[in-house]
Amino acid sequence: MPPKTPIRTLSRYLFRPQSSLHPRCQHRPRSQRYSSAAAGARLNGTVEYDTTPLLSHSSRSALSNAELPADVRQGQTKRINLYTAVNEALRHALQTDERVLVFGEDIQFGGVFRCTMNLATDFGTERVFNTPLSEQGLVGFAIGAAAEGMRPVAEVQFADYVFPAFDQLVNEAAKYRYRSAATGVSCGGLVIRMPTGVVGHGALYHSQSPESLFTHVPGLRVIIPRSPLQAKGLLLSAIHTNDPVIFMEPKVLYRAAVEQVPVDAYQLPLDKAEVVKPGKDVTIVSYGTPLYTCSAAIAAAEKDFGCSVELIDLRTIYPWDRETVLESVKKTGRAIVVHESMMNAGVGAEVAATIQERTFLRLEAPVKRVTGWATHTGLVFEKFIVPDVTRVYDAIKKTIDY
Amino acid sequence: MSLRCGIRRIRGQQPWASSGWVNGSRRPSSVGFQQFRSVASTPTAEKVLFPGALNSRFTNTMEFIRPALRTEAIPTYRVMDQSGQVLDKEVGVDTEDDLALELYRNMVCLSIMDLLMFEAQRQGRLSFYMVSAGEEGIAIGSASAFSPSDVIFCQYRESGVFMQRGFTLDQFMNQLFANSKDAGLGRNMPVHYGSHELNIHTISSTLATQIPHAAGAAYALKMQNQQQPDIAPRIAVCYFGEGAASEGDFHGALNIAATRQVPCIFICRNNGYAISTPTSDQYRGDGIASRGAGYGMDTLRVDGNDIFAVRRATKEARRLALENGGKPVLIEMMAYRVGHHSTSDDSFAYRQKVEVDDWKRRDNPITRLRKWLEGRGLWDEDKERDIRNRLRKEVLTAFEKAEKEKKPPMQHVFDGVYEHLTQEQKTHMEELSDILQRYPKEYDTEQYEGGAAAFRKFCEQNR
Repeated sequence: MPPKTPIRTLSRYLFRPQSSLHPRCQHRPRSQRYSSAAAGARLNGTVEYDTTPLLSHSSRSALSNAELPADVRQGQTKRINLYTAVNEALRHALQTDERVLVFGEDIQFGGVFRCTMNLATDFGTERVFNTPLSEQGLVGFAIGAAAEGMRPVAEVQFADYVFPAFDQLVNEAAKYRYRSAATGVSCGGLVIRMPTGVVGHGALYHSQSPESLFTHVPGLRVIIPRSPLQAKGLLLSAIHTNDPVIFMEPKVLYRAAVEQVPVDAYQLPLDKAEVVKPGKDVTIVSYGTPLYTCSAAIAAAEKDFGCSVELIDLRTIYPWDRETVLESVKKTGRAIVVHESMMNAGVGAEVAATIQERTFLRLEAPVKRVTGWATHTGLVFEKFIVPDVTRVYDAIKKTIDY
Repeated sequence: MSLRCGIRRIRGQQPWASSGWVNGSRRPSSVGFQQFRSVASTPTAEKVLFPGALNSRFTNTMEFIRPALRTEAIPTYRVMDQSGQVLDKEVGVDTEDDLALELYRNMVCLSIMDLLMFEAQRQGRLSFYMVSAGEEGIAIGSASAFSPSDVIFCQYRESGVFMQRGFTLDQFMNQLFANSKDAGLGRNMPVHYGSHELNIHTISSTLATQIPHAAGAAYALKMQNQQQPDIAPRIAVCYFGEGAASEGDFHGALNIAATRQVPCIFICRNNGYAISTPTSDQYRGDGIASRGAGYGMDTLRVDGNDIFAVRRATKEARRLALENGGKPVLIEMMAYRVGHHSTSDDSFAYRQKVEVDDWKRRDNPITRLRKWLEGRGLWDEDKERDIRNRLRKEVLTAFEKAEKEKKPPMQHVFDGVYEHLTQEQKTHMEELSDILQRYPKEYDTEQYEGGAAAFRKFCEQNR
C-alpha cells in the first residue's frame, strides 16, 4: 500500500474545504434555486407556507372541515408535511386491507421523496418492495395484480418518467373494465402515484405536469391533492375506489406544505371540487401547487383593487366536478384557470370551454388561462415559464377591468 | 406461404447485397444457430428445423436450463491485478507510457473536479451534481479506445468520456453553472453535457432512452460507412447503467441492433446500485453480460477498476463491431459506485458506510493505475502532489470564471422548441415581454445576458 491513497488525499478536500471555495459562499446548502424572486419584488416570492390560508395551521381549522366524518372531527390532529400524509395513508391502507401492496423503484428504503419510509420494515418486503427499474414493467405488474383482486399502489419515481408506462395506462388500465365487459373483470383498486410539477431546478425532466395527457383518456381517474390533509383523504379514497387512479403529488409541496391533519383515517370525495376561498367578483380554478400562487395573488389583488375573488381547487382533475365550477362562475361572471403545464390542450382548455358553453350569458369577461408557455422547462428559465404571483395578479386585474 | 418455405435471412447477408450496392457480400465463415434457411422437417431429421431455432438437436432428455444452479458466473477480464502487476507479460498493458500517464492525469482531474463540485453543491452554489467515483476508469479507459469520429450516447455518469475526448474544464464549468457560454443554453440540469464537435449527444435525464438511439445511429453510420468508403468507418457507442438495463428500451435496442447488425458497442456500467436498488432487486441473471447471448451478441465482462482491461476490451470490441460491415457488441464493466447516486441522495440511508469505505480501500481504478505507474518508475509522491495541486488550481480557475458569467439570454426560453418559432409562441413571448415591462421589479432579468431589453428586442424582431 502506498502511504496515501489518492482517494484519501482527495477526501480531505471534503473535510477541510479549500479557502478559495468558501469566502464568498453566503448560501445555505442546496439553496441554488433559479426561481428565487427579485430583490425588490412585491408580488413574486410572497407564497408563505407558514401563513397561507390554504393550510390548516390549527387543529381546530383542520377539524372544522365539513367533509370529514363526524368521528374523525372529534379526534386528534398532528402537524405533518405532505410526504408524511402520503405515508400515513399508505400505512393505514396496508394495516387495514391485506390486499394492499406498495411497490416501485427505490421505495424499500423510503423512496427518493421519503413517502414510503419504514413501510417495508413494518409490513415486510412481500407487500412493500423495490421493483426493477422499468416503469412499463411495474405499472403493467400493478394492473395484473389489480385484475386478480389485489389493491396495488405503485409509485413512478417522477411524473416525467411515466411515459414508458403510457401504453399500459392508456390501453390497459383505462380499458380493462370496458374490454372485459360482461366477464366482470377490472383493474379497479389500482393506484399509480407519482411526484409532479416544478421545484425550481428540475429542468426538462424533473418538472413536468403531464396530467392533461391522462385526462384525455376515459377510464382513468386523475387526482392532484393540494395539501397534507387533502393528500391523506384523497389517497385513501383512491385506494378504496374500484377505478384505476393516477395520483399526482406536487413534489415541491412534499416538505413545504405542513398542516394539522387528523390522526384517524378518513376519505375525501373523488367527485367534488372544493371552494377553498369564497368570493364574489372572479372565480379562479386551479389545483396542486399553483393554488398557493393564486392565493398570494388574490390577497394582493383584493387589497389593491378592492375586489373579491373565489378560489376553487379542482382536486379531481378527471372526471371533474363541473357543477361546483359552473355554480361559482354563474355567481361571479368571471373566470380564470391556472395550471403549470402548457396552455394548448391543457386542463384549462376543457374548463374554459365548459364555462363558456354553460355560462355564456353570465360572463362579463372572456375566460382567462394563466399557464405554462408553449415551451419546455429550461433550467434557468423556469421562473419565466410557470405562472407566478405577478401573472395571476395581472390576470385578475385584466379580467376585472375587461 | 407457409413454414415450408421460410424466408429467414442468412445472418450477415445484407438485404441489398444482391444489388451489388455493398462492397461484396461477405458471408460469415462460421455457421451459427440461425444461419440456415428453414426447410420443412424430414422424418429422419436429427435437428430442429422450425424457423425459430435452426440448429437445435432433438433430445429425449428433459433438461430445463437452470441458470440459478450454475455455480460459475461469466468470468471478468482483467489485465493487471489489484497491486498493479500485469498478469500476461506477453500481452502487456497494450498502452504506451505517455497514454497511460494521460489516462492517469484525466482520472485524477475528474476525481478532483468531482470532489470540488460536490462540495460546491453542498454550499449551494450549484443546484445538482453527480460524481464518477469508482467509475473513472470505465469512462476514461473506454473513451481512449474510440476514434474521435465515433458517435457516443451517454447516460449521465460518463463525465470521463467527455474529459478524455477533450471537453475542457471551462466547458464543464459553463454547463454546470448553466451560463451564457454553456452549449446547452442553460436549459439542462448540471452534468447533462453535450458536444457536437466531440460527437457526443446531449444527455437526457430519462433512463435507457439513449440505448435505442445508439442502435439507430449505428445503423446510420453503417449505411454511411458503405456509402462513403473513403472515409474511415465509424461506430456508435452507448453507455448505460445496470439499472437502466431493466427498461424496455434496453431490450428493444439490443434486439434491433442485433437483427440489423449495427456497428455499436453497448457499454454497461454495472456499479451495484440503481440509486438505492441493489442488483439483487434489479435482476436474477448473471449480470447484464448474460443477456448478450440472448440477443446473439458478442459479449465480454470486464473489471472496471482495471483501466488497461477496459481499454483493451473496448479496442477489441471496436474491431469486432466493424467486422463484416458491422455487428453489435456488449461489454459489462464491473465497478462499485463509491459516491452517492447524486447530490440529492444520501446513500447511507440504504447501505453501510463501512461497505463503501471497504471498497474505497480495497480497489479503485485510480489507485490501481498509480501502482502500475509507480512499479514502472513513471510516478512518485512528488509528481502526485504536483499534479494534484496543478489540477485543483485549474478546476478552481475555471470554476470562478464560469460562476461570474451571466445566464444565457432569455430568448432561449422559447427558441429551439421548433426549428422556427410558432405563432403561438410569438403570442406567449409578447405576453411575457409585456409582463416584464409592466412589472419590472418583480423579475431579476439582469442576470440574463442582455436582460429584459434584449428579450423585448428579440420579440420585436420576430413579430
